[in-house]
Amino acid sequence: MSRKISLPPAFAAPSRRGFLAGASALGATLFLPKNLRAADYPTAAVNTTGLAVTDTEATIGILHSVTGTMAISETGSVQAEKLAVEQINAQGGVLGRKIKVVQEDGASDWPTFAEKAKKLLVDDKVCSVMGCWTSASRKAVLPVFEQYNGILYYPTFYEGLEQSHNVFYDGQEATQQIIAGLDWVTKTKGARSFYLLGSDYIWPRTSNKIARKHIEDKLGLEVVGEEYYPLGHTQFNSVINKIKLKKPDVIYAIVVGGSNVAFYKQLKAAGIDLTKEKPLLLTISVTEDEIRGIGGENIEGAYACMKYFQSLKNPNNEAFVKAFKAMWGQDMVIGDVTQAAYLGPWLWKAAVEKAGSFDVEKVIAASPGIELTTAPEGYVKIHENHHLWSKTRVGRALADGQYDVVWETPDLVEPNPFPAGYQ
Amino acid sequence: MSLLSPSTEGRTGAFLNRTELAGTVVLALFIFVVLPLVLDPFRLNMFGKYLTYAFVAVGLVLCWGAGGILSLGQGVFFGLGGYALAMFLKLEASTPEATKIQSTPGIPDFMDWNQITQLPLWWQPFHSLGFSLVAVVAVPVFFAFVIGTAMFRRRVGGVYFSIITQAIAAILTILIIGQQGYTGGVNGITDLRTLKGWDIRPDGAKEVLYFVNAALLFVCLAIAQLIRRSKLGRLLIAMRDQEDRVRFSGYDVASLKIFIFCVGAAFAAIGGAMFTLQVGFMSPTFVGIVPSIEMVIFCAVGGRNSLIGAVWGTLLVNWAKTAFSETFPELWQFGLGALFIAVVLVFPNGLAGIWTTHVAPVLARLLARGESKSTTPAE
Repeated sequence: MSRKISLPPAFAAPSRRGFLAGASALGATLFLPKNLRAADYPTAAVNTTGLAVTDTEATIGILHSVTGTMAISETGSVQAEKLAVEQINAQGGVLGRKIKVVQEDGASDWPTFAEKAKKLLVDDKVCSVMGCWTSASRKAVLPVFEQYNGILYYPTFYEGLEQSHNVFYDGQEATQQIIAGLDWVTKTKGARSFYLLGSDYIWPRTSNKIARKHIEDKLGLEVVGEEYYPLGHTQFNSVINKIKLKKPDVIYAIVVGGSNVAFYKQLKAAGIDLTKEKPLLLTISVTEDEIRGIGGENIEGAYACMKYFQSLKNPNNEAFVKAFKAMWGQDMVIGDVTQAAYLGPWLWKAAVEKAGSFDVEKVIAASPGIELTTAPEGYVKIHENHHLWSKTRVGRALADGQYDVVWETPDLVEPNPFPAGYQ
Repeated sequence: MSLLSPSTEGRTGAFLNRTELAGTVVLALFIFVVLPLVLDPFRLNMFGKYLTYAFVAVGLVLCWGAGGILSLGQGVFFGLGGYALAMFLKLEASTPEATKIQSTPGIPDFMDWNQITQLPLWWQPFHSLGFSLVAVVAVPVFFAFVIGTAMFRRRVGGVYFSIITQAIAAILTILIIGQQGYTGGVNGITDLRTLKGWDIRPDGAKEVLYFVNAALLFVCLAIAQLIRRSKLGRLLIAMRDQEDRVRFSGYDVASLKIFIFCVGAAFAAIGGAMFTLQVGFMSPTFVGIVPSIEMVIFCAVGGRNSLIGAVWGTLLVNWAKTAFSETFPELWQFGLGALFIAVVLVFPNGLAGIWTTHVAPVLARLLARGESKSTTPAE
């Protein structure tokens, strides 16, 4: 950590009255318009590369899947990004200009993502794009962003091993998410043996690779099994039997998407009660969004390790959850990625105003070091490697589909997409 | 004459009859002149991508329209062709300098992520462009030959054949995704940059590739037309309509089917390779069941008996897909569904049906005017 920072007392559990007073005071200062006027920033000066910026508007793109299998996950990101845009516009916009959104559908199809990314950059000349969810879609658009020099704010926690000039990674990379959680489970829960399990693609495999190195090389503990199943797999009985035989202390599960529903239901049906923590289940892939599909009663007692939970108690988050529900409905839940997606427009706005320009190169150059004290997850800061410094937290799943935050790292964790000793 | 389908008309010996000639000229003008003049490089590249699917649709006109073999697994051949070229391009992009950040520089990035420390043996030949270009066609054709032999020799046909091709598409997808260390998995083979040092990413290169692609498509159309005009073509149609009679007449039906299936696979593979070049990556999404069925839809919309119609169908469906999804990002699939239903209900023979029943007669009447002998069309 480069410097001392003051954080909102996230877990100080203030009295309700004190808390509310704090929240309103914070709201008043944080959301006060800065009153930047467009007239002070003539369009010719802030936009020298022909982006879609006028005297009154600046255009950005949103590129997620709103149809197809990924729609269920990516819709939350679209909603969070639209909320952020609306809030920014309500405050007066970016450099005095309202943000205009062009939304495109990636349709859960990677080539479509590439096509639409190109359309946004070439035809619409957007200033930046909030988008993508899966690694595959990011890999598909990456060459497009590099060739046409755009900016992508990518919200998902992912496997690392990437650092593009044109991408800002708002989610956690693998080491941020994994290492702290493993340390916690060994120290606090006394775990000695682990069973690694995941869906078969790059993110779970890379994450388990890092987990295995950390468990075996750094902690000197034992991995008793490691297995992968295709995306969409629904028969986990054989692995559950193996788990019962090997009796690991921890099931480390990185099952993704719809498979989760089958996995947790079958785990329960096989008589493994997660609330007894024998074995304990630690996941990095189940957010509140997935629990809606799994059912809180099926996953109660499992632990998840990520940077954000909806139940996080701090004024920023209270305000965010309230605004999100007001805009999209009271029954909405907010997961880790949704929160990270919400950061995208804010980080872009901060960078544009620091640079005093919409030009892509200037915005990218201004970005490292930008701090966001208004983030629902607390304080975040952009690292030189385009990832975010962030805290890692452990939550325990409750029957009502929420997580109870039981632990968090004392400091922000440095992002390290190319971890030495973990490759 | 009136009972014969359009494809069996004109046994006059001419390579193309009049309406076909007119159709071909219109299509060529549209692809080589109108599109490049009207569209900006981005949209032109997009139409280039659509044209790569047209290769598959043209192959399907031969297999399905003429031969009656409905393959729901053409994506397999499209994908294999695309992967063969993608492997070459990926190796060229993975120079030790470009990949020095990896634990093992000089191998494709996805191998490094999967803890593979040296290039697998079967990847080695793809260092050679010549080998890769041969492999683009040879591997899918060999694969088609094996599938065709295994099934047609045992007289597996009709709906059973369709189901098995679909299963093969599913199996290959799972195989590619599962073996991600060797294939790139779900992500596919991405970030392709140069072909023998020639950067394939700038607009200029995309334009060149568009014309190469279009020219190759017309070569394939010519080959397909040649086959349809030959004795083989007539045998295929006979086989489609009465397989047993052809067999009783002493023809080897299985060989005919295997041959036409292999031709369809070769066309699809060329399309796949051109796709890789123009889009810059290849992924298992093109190998699976859904794209394979989509390709059949392109062919159906165009009219499964018409080579030219298949190309138009592909262009129309894909353009509609893009246009709808840009205008209504959350509702576009309904629009596309409505289009399919409308085509099937109103124009069962697809775009080609519209042409032969509504446009061609008018054209023929215009052409016939001034000629003494009347050449009234079939209907």
